[in-house]
Amino acid sequence: MNTVPMESGLILAGILFILGFIGVLVRRNIVFILLSLEVMLNASGLAFIAAGSRWVQADGQVMFIFILAMAAAEVSVGLALILQIFRDFKTLDADAADNMRG
Amino acid sequence: MLDLLWIVPALPFLGFLILALWGAKMPGKTAAFVGVASIGLSALITILIGINFISSPPQGRVYIQTLWEWFNVSGMNPAIALRLDAVSLTFIFVITFVGFLIHLYSMEYMEGEEGYSRFFAYMNLFVGSMLMLVLGDNLVLLYLGWEGVGLCSYLLIGFWYKDPYNGYAARKAFIVTRIGDTAMSIGLFILFTELGTLNIGRILEQAPLNWAVGSSLPVMTAALLLGGAVGKSAQLPLQTWLPDAMAGPTPVSALIHAATMVTAGVYLIARMHVIFTLAPVVLTIVGVVGALTLLLAGFSALTQSDIKRVLAYSTISQIGYMFLALGVGAWSAAVFHFMIHAFFKALLFLGAGVVILSLHHEQNMFKMGGVKNMLPVTFWTFVIGSASLAALPLITGGFYSKDLILFYAFDGERANRWLYAAGLLGAFITALYTTRMVLITFFGVAKTHLHHKPTWIMEMPLVVLAVLSTFGGFIELPHTLGHLTIFSDFIQTILPGNSPAEGGGVSTELILQVVAAVTAIGGIFIAYLLYYKNPDKVLAFRKSSFGSTLHEYWKKGWGFDWLYDKLIVTPVVWIAEINKSDFIDLIYTFIAWINRVFNRAFSFTQSGRVRWYAMGIALGAIITITIAVFL
Repeated sequence: MNTVPMESGLILAGILFILGFIGVLVRRNIVFILLSLEVMLNASGLAFIAAGSRWVQADGQVMFIFILAMAAAEVSVGLALILQIFRDFKTLDADAADNMRG
Repeated sequence: MLDLLWIVPALPFLGFLILALWGAKMPGKTAAFVGVASIGLSALITILIGINFISSPPQGRVYIQTLWEWFNVSGMNPAIALRLDAVSLTFIFVITFVGFLIHLYSMEYMEGEEGYSRFFAYMNLFVGSMLMLVLGDNLVLLYLGWEGVGLCSYLLIGFWYKDPYNGYAARKAFIVTRIGDTAMSIGLFILFTELGTLNIGRILEQAPLNWAVGSSLPVMTAALLLGGAVGKSAQLPLQTWLPDAMAGPTPVSALIHAATMVTAGVYLIARMHVIFTLAPVVLTIVGVVGALTLLLAGFSALTQSDIKRVLAYSTISQIGYMFLALGVGAWSAAVFHFMIHAFFKALLFLGAGVVILSLHHEQNMFKMGGVKNMLPVTFWTFVIGSASLAALPLITGGFYSKDLILFYAFDGERANRWLYAAGLLGAFITALYTTRMVLITFFGVAKTHLHHKPTWIMEMPLVVLAVLSTFGGFIELPHTLGHLTIFSDFIQTILPGNSPAEGGGVSTELILQVVAAVTAIGGIFIAYLLYYKNPDKVLAFRKSSFGSTLHEYWKKGWGFDWLYDKLIVTPVVWIAEINKSDFIDLIYTFIAWINRVFNRAFSFTQSGRVRWYAMGIALGAIITITIAVFL
């Protein structure tokens, strides 16, 4: 059985991370920012899995489960925040919620 | 019994603490009770201690009670220790006893005033500080009390703080006395560096061993201490604060003038008498300052229309007598005059307070008139006090105390005929302005009617003080009249005595007494002629151009305020004005400016936009990783 080299996995994870990050930076719609964040989380999860399989350690998978759990929690809180923001500002533009500017 | 000494100053402080913490929530009666009772108990214990001290004097006639060590820094370890001897016993008796009567009187005088409990809190602190000043065994503790009375005078003169003028008067008193205090503290530094101690007993022992008579160090130290004394006791050239201090409530004036504060200077000089005898030049200056002050203030008192200002100038003048006595080395005479003066001046101020309150806070004598029949008790006690102030011969305490000073000025070891002449002239003027005050206030046509009738709370202190100011003088009688020296024998256990230079000739003394008596009676009689029989002539003189100029000049205290305003206040304000933005300030403005720039820059980054923050994190991460990888 051919094994995928770790480098390919890491490069894929890197590409995904940067894509997600660009998404966070350039999208104004807060739902898309949240989606991009999920992409970034999954990219880091992929990097853990790749590393875990390379050194044949269970730690990578354990870490990924943690990330999944955290992502679920983050999404639930994030969606609640989005609902509140929409109720307050009548828009999903993240830049509208700049009340805490210095 | 003597070991109860610490309670004497502790009780007023305790009263202050209670009133300061809970006074505002107390009903007025309770607050007044706390204030009066703490001083009253203190006076009671003082009397018990006094009886004990006199009946079985401690070793060396000095009792020292060490409570605890205050601090210990490079060889200076002043203790919180109290020193009881003949001088401090006399002072604490006057402070607590007269202070108690004034407190009792204030219960009614201040009734219904805003800040009733605050008043008693300050008064208690005042008495406590003064007791600390007098009882302190070392000069550091003395200085603590010294500054304490300064603070309290500020608080009490500005008691009715809603009127800006009162605040001004309070600040003036505070700042002018502070000038003297600065001189005094420099004197204390010299004493410590030269003698290595600030303990009063050790200074008095060591100063004569280390210093020659008339050498520069004792002269300098004595002069600096005199500066402090001059400030607190309102003598030339720092006398300007006292007349303005009349802005405070009348009981405060009574307390400042009779029992506390202004006598602190006399106490300091008497306490440090060894330093002053080592500097005869300064001792002469003390006498000259006293003589000049008593004349200046006497002439000013002659022209005032506000009854309290007459009394204020009269105090300056009488403290001048005490300085004169110190200057001619008549130590016990100075302390004796202090005591008698405390009795009659408290009486006069409280009496004036009754009149002022009864006539609805009217202080102008020329708007009073004919009060004699409205307030009989006040009238008679006031007349007794005035007789004592004017030194009416034989029957008043003031005569005996003033006569003693005049006698030593003429015939003592350091006699000086010029000082004697000034004292005699001062006695004449005193009789003149005292009689004028009584005549204008109490006689003549009534111009207002009574608003308030004093009760026994206000009249009882007057009667007690009237008795004291009359019979207090009989504990010290001159050779010609019974030769009783209880008081000076008592004081001379601590302060050096003074014997007549010419062998104590009784005939000289008799002549001097007749001269003093004639001066006092003459002054009273001339005042009667000028201000009662034919006042038109005085008025005519005042209308003339010379008379009106002189009158204005004297009324404004010889123009000292004007002079200081021109010489000191205006230049200082001018310099402050042009120096508003000087070079040194640039450094501080630069620091402030830098901070403002950074503040603006950093607050710009706080845009409140999530994506901006994410960008910041990313940039930071990239920079950190770059550094970690490539460096």
